[in-house]
Amino acid sequence: MNDLVKRSGRGIYVQGNDIDTDRIIPARFLKCVTFDELGPALFYDERFDTQDVSKGHILDAPAHQGASVMISDANFGCGSSREHAPQALQKFGFEVIIAESFAEIFQGNCTTLGMPCLVMDKAQRKALASLVGHHPDAEFLIDLQAQTLTFANERFSFTMKDSSREAFLTGRYDPLDELLVAHEAIQAVAARLHYSDQSG
Amino acid sequence: MAKNLYQKVWADHLVGPLENGQFQVFMGLHLIHEVTSPQAFGMLKAEGRHVFHPGRTFATVDHIIPTDDQRRPFSDPMAERMMAVLSDATEMHGIEFFQPNSGSQGIVHVVGPELGLTQPGITICCGDSHTSTHGAFGCIALGIGTSQVRDVLASQTLAMDPLKVRRIEVTGQLAPGVTAKDVTLHIIRILGVNGGVGYAYEYAGDVIDVMTMEERMTVCNMSIEGGARCGYINPDQTTFEYLKGRERVPSGAGFEQAVIRWAGYASDPDASYDDVVVIDGSAIEPTVTWGVTPGQALGISERIPDPAAAEGLDQELMTDALRYMQLEADAPIKGTKVDVAFIGSCTNGRLSDFQAVAAAIQGYKVAPDVRAIAVPGSVRCAAPEEEGLADIFKDAGFEWRLAGCSMCLAMNADKLVGDEVCASSSNRNFMGRQGSSSGRTILMSPIMVAAAAIQGAVADAREVFQLEKTS
Ligand code: SF4
Repeated sequence: MNDLVKRSGRGIYVQGNDIDTDRIIPARFLKCVTFDELGPALFYDERFDTQDVSKGHILDAPAHQGASVMISDANFGCGSSREHAPQALQKFGFEVIIAESFAEIFQGNCTTLGMPCLVMDKAQRKALASLVGHHPDAEFLIDLQAQTLTFANERFSFTMKDSSREAFLTGRYDPLDELLVAHEAIQAVAARLHYSDQSG
Repeated sequence: MAKNLYQKVWADHLVGPLENGQFQVFMGLHLIHEVTSPQAFGMLKAEGRHVFHPGRTFATVDHIIPTDDQRRPFSDPMAERMMAVLSDATEMHGIEFFQPNSGSQGIVHVVGPELGLTQPGITICCGDSHTSTHGAFGCIALGIGTSQVRDVLASQTLAMDPLKVRRIEVTGQLAPGVTAKDVTLHIIRILGVNGGVGYAYEYAGDVIDVMTMEERMTVCNMSIEGGARCGYINPDQTTFEYLKGRERVPSGAGFEQAVIRWAGYASDPDASYDDVVVIDGSAIEPTVTWGVTPGQALGISERIPDPAAAEGLDQELMTDALRYMQLEADAPIKGTKVDVAFIGSCTNGRLSDFQAVAAAIQGYKVAPDVRAIAVPGSVRCAAPEEEGLADIFKDAGFEWRLAGCSMCLAMNADKLVGDEVCASSSNRNFMGRQGSSSGRTILMSPIMVAAAAIQGAVADAREVFQLEKTS
């Protein structure tokens, strides 16, 4: 039942405030000309040591394999504007991210990719994180319209950035077609701005 | 009605509202580089779209470029591939590309201002968060993701939410030896790494007014580290003088007209703001980081904070940061041993940064066990051979490299090894940022990096170079 407005899936709690995009995807993995291969590199340096041996990170715990809802803490996705970070999360299998707050560029990138960022207060997130730990097999039911999340018979509420929620409700999370419709208005704005010709 | 600069630029560039409540905004200047743009050209191709206005997009190569030998093909095959893809895409779409041999190559945020592409009152975007740098000229400059790079290539516009504006007034006068970098680290320390979420920062006040353009760029550069989407400084005489005579700036009567237009974008004296913060500039010390976010910073004379005094998750994060940094609570930061010294990046890799350090380091030598590298932000800022900049750095024991991002994020061969500690003039001290997953970064100003290089440990540049007496 993963339509745009309703999402479901199993969850995982990745703890930490200020989890930056360098941690989500270390810079050496940015050497690519497409985003296709990024999934396995997600959180690489937190999951593996320098010999590529697993450090037993929660993402690699057998119970959480296949999770598609990530719960984290404040200021998730801060740092660089690299879309490699949300792309790596999505390619790894995540479809929804829940946090106390999100860095703005990251949040915008996620929306364009069709991956909602849900804002949930600390008390609810703590309860949810502990429930997920005990019930890794249980399914989340997320309703973006009602802004509610049901898990293990408990109900939680969240908020979303208005424009992002609206984008999912209307199915217009990729804005490009709408931007192109305004072709004439764009030309009009370009004409009224007194930009100088900068070509060399 | 009185308006601030953000509101004026927004109004001029607004195309119209979008269905989801966002707004479509025209982008005057689009800068691209090899890390975040090749994928966007791939998307365009897959969707059968073309570039709408190639004359408003300019490309450079900075992140992956080697700083020792820039001859093609690059020794790293993946770096060569990224370079080749960008080169082909720009050629195919008629986009000007500042290649290494063009005489204009460098870090995207150094090149734009240097050439005069960056101008007051315009909108700028680039698939790179430090695009906020350009705001120093009184424009709205935004870092964007790759899908948005695609949007701008295809439509020259972006879907945006309007930002709130916080005016940050830095009052008084900086003490000798205190730099723009210290100001920006201090602001982030006070307002927090996510204090700016939802805001554009307008920097103002006596301290900002007397800054050079290079110093203003350093301040605006790190707006993003404070969570703000962009930062700007109202254009004034300093701005116009910097721009006069630059290659991509109109000359003669065209320049005079441009100045009148540019000046009109400055915030009106009675403009209103969503928030105002006043910071006493006279109280700022040379500032360095102790942890793994730019907000985990302290004055050079202070002691590292004790997590025991914090609560909850903060306490855990401080404890984690100290464990990662292998530092002890309540110890002085001064005297922390460093292994590597890096002067460069879009924060502090401009000509004036190297000039300031060069003026101080003559007669000094880098400590024997420190690896020190100086990496100019652009070909042009490495150019003034007659000043003998490179020789001064080399005589002091620095390696002098070719232009690029280098060890700021270590996408080329310039990396920390193991848990080395790096005194760095860059902008991010995130875990693993400088190329080793256990590497440790201490952010500071270029002159503080030079002092650390010479002492082999975090030091107060004012003492090392007797700055208090000379300035
Ligand atoms: S110097 Fe560093 S922060 Fe600046 S553009 Fe390059 S990698 Fe990004």
